[in-house]
Amino acid sequence: MSTTRPGTPGPPPSSRPDPPDFPAFPRAAHQAVRDRTLRGNLRHATHTIRAKRAKAVAEVSDWAALREAGKQIKDHTLRHLDRYLEQVEETVTAAGGTVHWAVDAEEANRIVADLVKETGQREVVKVKSMATQEIGLNEALEAEGIRAYETDLAELIVQLGKDRPSHILVPAIHRNRGEIRDIFRSEMGKWGRPAPEGLTDRPAELAEAARLHLREKFLRAKVGISGANFVVAETGTLVVVESEGNGRMCLTLPETLISVVGIEKIVPTWRDLEVFLQTLPRSSTAERMNPYTSMWTGTTDGDGPSAFHLVLLDNGRTDTLADEVGRQALRCIRCSACLNVCPVYERAGGHAYGSVYPGPIGAILSPQLRGTASEIDASLPYASSLCGACYEVCPVAIDIPEVLVHLRERVAQGGPATRGGNKVVLRPAKGHTAERAVMRAARWALARPGVLRGGQRFVSRTRRFHPRSLPGPGRAWTGTRDLPAVPAEPFRDWWQRTHGGKEGPR
Amino acid sequence: MRVALFLTCVNDTLYPDTGRAVVKLLTRLGVDVDFPTAQTCCGQAHYNTGYRHEAEPLARHFSDVFRDYEAIVTPSGSCAAMVRELYPRMGARARTEGRGDTLERVLAPVVPKTYELTEFLVDVLGVTDVGAYYPHRVTYHPTCHGLRALGLGDRPRRLLRAVKGLELVELPGAEECCGFGGTFSVKNPDVSAAMGADKVRNAESTGARVLCAGDNSCLMHLGGIMTRLGVGMRPVHIAEILASTEEAPSA
Repeated sequence: MSTTRPGTPGPPPSSRPDPPDFPAFPRAAHQAVRDRTLRGNLRHATHTIRAKRAKAVAEVSDWAALREAGKQIKDHTLRHLDRYLEQVEETVTAAGGTVHWAVDAEEANRIVADLVKETGQREVVKVKSMATQEIGLNEALEAEGIRAYETDLAELIVQLGKDRPSHILVPAIHRNRGEIRDIFRSEMGKWGRPAPEGLTDRPAELAEAARLHLREKFLRAKVGISGANFVVAETGTLVVVESEGNGRMCLTLPETLISVVGIEKIVPTWRDLEVFLQTLPRSSTAERMNPYTSMWTGTTDGDGPSAFHLVLLDNGRTDTLADEVGRQALRCIRCSACLNVCPVYERAGGHAYGSVYPGPIGAILSPQLRGTASEIDASLPYASSLCGACYEVCPVAIDIPEVLVHLRERVAQGGPATRGGNKVVLRPAKGHTAERAVMRAARWALARPGVLRGGQRFVSRTRRFHPRSLPGPGRAWTGTRDLPAVPAEPFRDWWQRTHGGKEGPR
Repeated sequence: MRVALFLTCVNDTLYPDTGRAVVKLLTRLGVDVDFPTAQTCCGQAHYNTGYRHEAEPLARHFSDVFRDYEAIVTPSGSCAAMVRELYPRMGARARTEGRGDTLERVLAPVVPKTYELTEFLVDVLGVTDVGAYYPHRVTYHPTCHGLRALGLGDRPRRLLRAVKGLELVELPGAEECCGFGGTFSVKNPDVSAAMGADKVRNAESTGARVLCAGDNSCLMHLGGIMTRLGVGMRPVHIAEILASTEEAPSA
């Protein structure tokens, strides 16, 4: 067990895993936009849930007030996180649980693996959890000889397909029914009960196949692993909201329950849940209320798990919290509404974001949690047209475009940041030297009307010689779009020549 | 009222017709328009690409040029949003960085006086029928900054509906971004073009011959895709439609 607390400088981040080795976003997206099946699957799924969410939200007369309340509860909690974390440790311990502190993914994985080994078990059942995806828990357990079974339907599809999740709520959104049937047929037998003979792609049949396959795992499992949507500080209560009931099985049947939870998941009181239990389901699945809400407080004799462990995960969150503009990303309740409205996500798909957090929220979360050193993380802040649809639907009012622009500044210009609990001054990322020079030159010219006019006249008078396609970096425009025709004279010349059109023809 | 036209650097250089249309329209409505020739650029491209410090002198320059006018009108939703939404933010950031409130104070006067064109017409002049004539079938794309940052709502559509001879048809998926996004269009060209192509196909499906919007930068992107795809439509800025009359029709 570690005693390193978030908020205090931890050990040097030498134990952190290497930066993720994914291609930059534009390169990954280049493939994805050409994949017609993927585009079709994503378009269908995101447009369906988008419309449903809009309807579910429109039903609530005080939505704007709920959104503001959610924002304020989260901001308050984050401002006093040190105090609330200690309160959680006290209340969870008093209720019979054990609290562990993990500064990074490696430490969290080691804590969980050791806890599982102490039980003598070699397998665990898992509730869908973003935190355990973030730290790569399944792979870490596998390396220790422990098999982790995902029990959420979509996570099961991803796991059986040796795939990566591409959406926060529906990790297999990139798959259609036919693909899922094929995965079930070929893979289920390797993990346990095989798919029924003659399985078709009817949703009811697919769900039944998963139910039968998973049931034997639920009944056998002695260890369950979960995340949590919320941790209520005043009582040490953990909350998981879900749709399928697999979570309830994992949370109640095993003897040992281990929950890995990001430190930003705390809410101070039960009353605060009133807000989020309204905004989360409507934003996420477009339901008025999710089918299963499981809450547990420590352990209870003769009912549910007899041992409960809470692993509080930092993994870059304290660094993120130190950033005035970027910290709002920690308000996120993982509803995925921003993914479903994002036109970029819809076309590039979740895998292009190179993280378990795809879409707009991923584009601001990953470069903060992991830093901007890798190619993928340095490219994510640019993976947006800044259209603002994400901010509009966010139930905790995260101004994602604002954070994206802030992170672009960090990538392009460098500057102060916090990494591994230490204040550092980042150097600009590679590949922005030419851009920086262009921006500086443009600023110089644009601060001088005479220079701007000279440039405009040059462009106008050489217009007959303009090529249709541009070489080098210009191809990024002319590869798919024609250039606009350049006029014979800029507006300002016309204005001066005609005195605002008062003289001569307009 | 002393009204200044902030045409924007893109319109000044590439779309002087839009500028002439704004002058013609506002003059017809009895507004005395000035075009201060010291104007250049609001700094949006710098700011949104991550060069906030390069945008600051441009914002200061904007304020120097425009601060004494009673209203500043611009035919661009995104440049209006830059001034109204991001200038205050830039000033506040400078303050939190320990650089005092100078930038905030310099920029403050222009923020509430800057209007996007349709906003100025409907809210300040109080007109929706501007006496225009445009006998074409038109579909309207609300650009993102006008729609979400400025909250233009149905103002542009109300203006278009009052235009004589104009048949306004709804654009499917109207509120979706066209994919331009400033430097996004060249940093992520594949996704940008895919979004633009979907927008153009949606516009084409309406049977309209004209795709209208309030931002020429978005229309430059969409127009470039239209000619590349060989779609029989053309992009037209809303100012050019509203300026068009029976006596002096625009194409």
